[in-house]
Amino acid sequence: MADLVCKNLNMTFTNPQTGDAVEALKDINFNLSKGELLSVLGPSGCGKTTLLNLLAGFLNPTSGEASLGGKQIEGPGVERGMVFQQGALFEWLPVSKNVDYGLRMKKTDPAESRVLVEKWLDIVGLQGFGDTPTYQLSGGMQQRVALARCLINDPDVILMDEPLGALDALTREKMQSLVLELWKETGKTIMIITHSVEEALLLGERLFVMAPRPGRIHKEYNLPFAERGLSESLRDIKQDAHFSQVREEILTMIWNMEEEIMGRA
Amino acid sequence: MLESLSDNRASIAAVLILLILAAFVVSLVIGKRQSRLRAKDEVFGDPQRTRGGWYWALLGVCTILLTWFYFSWGVGRAYFPQTANEMCQIAKLDETLSPITARLPIESRYYKSTLLVSRNTTQLETLESSLPVEAFTEQEQTELLALIENSRQLIVNSSDPANLNQEAQVQFEKLSGEIETLSADLRKGSEGLEPTAEALAQPKWGVSSTEIPILPTTSRGVLFDQVASKSEAITAAFVKVRNHIPANDALIADTKERLAALKEANESGSFDEKTTEARNAYVKAVDRIFKRLDDGLIFPSKSLDTINAAITDLHDAKNDAKGNLTLIDAVFFPGKGVVKSKTQCTEQGSARWLPKPTDVVATFGKLANPNLEDGGGYRGFPLLWWKWLPVADVTGFLFPDWIADAWPGEYARHGSDGSIDPNFKDKLLAFAEGEVNLGSIPMLDGHIWDSLFRVLVALALGILLGVPLGLFMGVSKFFKSFFDPLIELYRPVPPLAWAPLILTIFGIKDDGKIFLLFMVAFAIMVISARTGASGTQLSKIRAAHSLGSTDRQIMWNVIFPNALPEILTGIRIAIGVCWGTLVAAEMLAGTTGVGFIENIARTVSDYELIWVTILIMGILGLVFDLMMRWVIDKTIPWRGKG
Repeated sequence: MADLVCKNLNMTFTNPQTGDAVEALKDINFNLSKGELLSVLGPSGCGKTTLLNLLAGFLNPTSGEASLGGKQIEGPGVERGMVFQQGALFEWLPVSKNVDYGLRMKKTDPAESRVLVEKWLDIVGLQGFGDTPTYQLSGGMQQRVALARCLINDPDVILMDEPLGALDALTREKMQSLVLELWKETGKTIMIITHSVEEALLLGERLFVMAPRPGRIHKEYNLPFAERGLSESLRDIKQDAHFSQVREEILTMIWNMEEEIMGRA
Repeated sequence: MLESLSDNRASIAAVLILLILAAFVVSLVIGKRQSRLRAKDEVFGDPQRTRGGWYWALLGVCTILLTWFYFSWGVGRAYFPQTANEMCQIAKLDETLSPITARLPIESRYYKSTLLVSRNTTQLETLESSLPVEAFTEQEQTELLALIENSRQLIVNSSDPANLNQEAQVQFEKLSGEIETLSADLRKGSEGLEPTAEALAQPKWGVSSTEIPILPTTSRGVLFDQVASKSEAITAAFVKVRNHIPANDALIADTKERLAALKEANESGSFDEKTTEARNAYVKAVDRIFKRLDDGLIFPSKSLDTINAAITDLHDAKNDAKGNLTLIDAVFFPGKGVVKSKTQCTEQGSARWLPKPTDVVATFGKLANPNLEDGGGYRGFPLLWWKWLPVADVTGFLFPDWIADAWPGEYARHGSDGSIDPNFKDKLLAFAEGEVNLGSIPMLDGHIWDSLFRVLVALALGILLGVPLGLFMGVSKFFKSFFDPLIELYRPVPPLAWAPLILTIFGIKDDGKIFLLFMVAFAIMVISARTGASGTQLSKIRAAHSLGSTDRQIMWNVIFPNALPEILTGIRIAIGVCWGTLVAAEMLAGTTGVGFIENIARTVSDYELIWVTILIMGILGLVFDLMMRWVIDKTIPWRGKG
């Protein structure tokens, strides 16, 4: 089983000048089974990006351990795909070269790659855009390329760092549907960091609300909306009374956390 | 064909100027109309407004060319090709008369005699008041003051009309009469005067190295030339006239004697060093003024009236005879005009240091001619041509001889029968020294190629070594910190400050210049590659990591393309700086190259050649930059869009 497991994960940053230590993450424990869709929400500074970077292998925890499929995470790897807020596409390459980047690094046979690229461009809705320079694409399309680039490597887990944060409302909704579709079709484990409560509710089978200082998991929800989103319109779900209730609850929670920080500061 | 182009450059210029003028007017009209048409759709300050506008570019080019043609007398020569020759004849007359006019208030405020009286009187007063009393005895002091008084008396006597030397009086009247005949000649006009065949056979203005043909080629010119040669005798006679007057004779003899006595006393007396110096200096000063007055150049002011009137009249006659030349000179020949020196007539001022565009092109044509026997090239070397280069020369360069030295074994020795049997090590050495015949390849050659070669080799080395180092410095703490002090210490020193040192160490051959340019290019490339590398977005590097790249793959596939815009901009800057440094380095030392030509041209004041080299450099710089712009457009269209 390719479970993503965090055990007593701690992360402390020390300011090299002042020597002040900041506990970015404290005692993070969770177990994410294969095929689960997790969204992580929290006020700014609660360590959600730090958590993601730890899981991606860009940072090493101060103590505790994170593992995927029983293998400890040490450094970045293909089995943990990343999608960034701005896409982080290689603008000097056209769409297809961006998508098959991982395959080229593995020195996959070009003919085989071509088939895979076609397939994934088709899935993310970019058929025919293979030769387009990425800088000519809109924000939503760039994010589709980023998704395809990540998925073509067939990772066990997909880590998304506010992937839809920079998109306009309409594009965002379409992309949310796309993420749900991909989740269902590929059966991948997906972890999404977001600062939008609605998005967290829609794209989270499980939802962690994190609290700052020290960064920790404040509350966990198990939600039905992601499953429903596969068959229903996202806009309808948002009208749902249950949805509104949970949304208000979380908003109040985060609001209080922000108040607390402001008061303390 | 080139010959006839060169010989008819005035006519070619005439046509060109008309074409340029037409283009000027047309582009101005189009530009005006376009501005009026677009006035409504455009908002002030919108940068988009600067796009397009070829007509204003054309207008700008036309303005430059017309200004150049005008101030270099290109327009004047095109439409009034005889004018300079005529002005040369007038300059001849002015030159011969100059010793006379210098004595008269013509082109100056005072008579020379008046100036002499004024200057000598002032100096005598100063002398009188600065008598060093401690250096002379009382008796000597009185003596010196008396001598000063003597000198004053000489001035007074010379200025008195009653004392005027009779011979001088007669001479002045005679010369005045002769000058009047010159005026009459000028007034008579040039009818019936013909230029000689020799004069007509002279090379045209600007074609040969003598700038303006010196013999008169028009009847008006002949007139001035004749008057000028007649005036030579008058001038010669005039400068010999002196106002030696009997009234001064006794005074002069007395003064001479007493000055001699004082000098004698100075030499025989035993004074301390300081006193001797003061005494000698003072007596010498008195003597100097006395000798000047003894020269007899002070005339009573009235005595020069007749000569003055005659010369003034001659000037009027000259101006009348010039006719439309005065206007043409003023309008089409801006600057100082034509000056006659001993052997030639030359253009002065802007016309000289701003050579005519056609002359510059003709000089370039001569230089660009690859046929050295035909006078082409410069200093026995073509400007830009090709030659057969033995391949062995190149292998010798790529394969240094120390490899042969390091090869195991020994070089061959001569055998007992006196023959030498070369072994493999010998053959290796021969190969390294370029002594093997490997055939030849065509290769560029010439001054421009030499300059280009130096820049290109240095640039290539700078890029090959600088870019990788810069990239590593952008990502590695060790590389950054280790190399930073080295580069930042040598980089701020202006390349020309390094030049003397490097040229001394490496000598004046190519390697010194290449090394100097390499230093320049290397620093620029390191810094631009480093800036580009360190500017890579963290998320791109992280994405590449997550996509399974190794460090080396990230370097090549992410950091390098990300730094490419900076690197290309760096190359563009490096080309410009290298080119500038090279030309200066070639001026310091060397025997080939564009900078070398300019340096030699400077020492002989060959303005056409200087302009040719400047234009070559400008055009090559422009070509480089256009190429780089094209490369940048083609290779990094994503720049600024990531």
